[in-house]
Amino acid sequence: MPFEPVILFFALGLVAGVIRSDLKIPGVLYESLSIFLLLAIGLKGGIELAKVPLSSVAGQAAVVLAAALLIPLAAFPVLRRLVGLSRADAASIAAHYGSVSVVTFAVAGSFLARSGVDAEGYLVVFLVLLEFPALILGVILARRQGGNTQWGRLLHEVFSGKSIVLLLGGLIIGWVAGAEGIKPLDRLFIDLFKGMLAFFLLEMGLVVAGRLGDLRRAGIGLAAFAILMPVAAGMLGIGTGFAIGLSTGGTVMLATLFASASYIAAPAAMRIAVPEANPALSIGAALGITFPFNLLAGIPLYHWLATQARSMTS
Amino acid sequence: MSSSLHIRKLLTIICESTLEEDIAEALARHGARGHTVTDARGRGTHGLRDGSWSAGANVRIEVLCDEATARELLAVLEHDYFADYYMVAFLSDVQVLRPGKF
Repeated sequence: MPFEPVILFFALGLVAGVIRSDLKIPGVLYESLSIFLLLAIGLKGGIELAKVPLSSVAGQAAVVLAAALLIPLAAFPVLRRLVGLSRADAASIAAHYGSVSVVTFAVAGSFLARSGVDAEGYLVVFLVLLEFPALILGVILARRQGGNTQWGRLLHEVFSGKSIVLLLGGLIIGWVAGAEGIKPLDRLFIDLFKGMLAFFLLEMGLVVAGRLGDLRRAGIGLAAFAILMPVAAGMLGIGTGFAIGLSTGGTVMLATLFASASYIAAPAAMRIAVPEANPALSIGAALGITFPFNLLAGIPLYHWLATQARSMTS
Repeated sequence: MSSSLHIRKLLTIICESTLEEDIAEALARHGARGHTVTDARGRGTHGLRDGSWSAGANVRIEVLCDEATARELLAVLEHDYFADYYMVAFLSDVQVLRPGKF
């Protein structure tokens, strides 16, 4: 099975955190790296989007969006009945899993590049589109039996959040400027990308090590959910990728998007919209289990599954 | 010099950084004329809050005001935030120059 060395930086961060090394990535560097990654991912997607007709992407996007909403809708009753969580916790965690992780998506991209598999570059559009609907659905699930929601505050948080602003902004800049226009910036945004990703993963390893305590609170049911849910969602992503005619690489990227859980946009939005949900549970599951699972095992698994499915259908 | 010192209240709030904007608005709405925010780290009933990323970060918000305002602000915090959010708030007496400013 192909292997992506960039995740070794994640492992290093994890080890450093576990042995309580004094290694600490300053908050400003974390912020700077995330701004860089979001902008670079947006730009690359925009350049690729300029190469395809928008109408064909719009049709695919509608199918992807509809399929992706099944994830929180399925996760919610599972968390309520099988894991036995409160309505607020189940809704909040469902929203985390319905939304997406940008870094997991970036690692999948670099995994495929290393394996020599091509993927449609415009899939970044889906990354942007999938980030917020699940958050809104999560709030609706939490509030079905009454309770107040600061909808204005939530919508502002979701749409003015830096991840949407930078991803969408980068996408538009890349789309307008095209590959030629962005060329002078290639050294920064394309060539340095992987190094920055390595740095970011080092930090994520430290952060995950710091959340390991939360896992003990999560319990075995939630831990099982945090591994089985991404696999199920990844399979839904593979089916959806084939249905809309993506390449094998594109299908793996879509499966990774479906399988990933948000740990940046979702925690902030859920804290405001569903404050009674315990963030230790949702972050413990999304960041403590699902994020490392996808990095280490999920992405190669979705690649294998998509390749098998492709060889069976052709 | 000491004759011009006046007693005021210092309200200190330590809470998760997600709340910064919310709290700032609430403070202004209930009569605070200004506030100061600093990033904060620490450990408490919610475990380690090391500030290494946004969802694990705390802020420390300080407000200088008269006693009536301070009590009203504390009541607002207790009612709106104590149940669901990570928050500590406390009052102390401080001496200030220019009492009309606070």
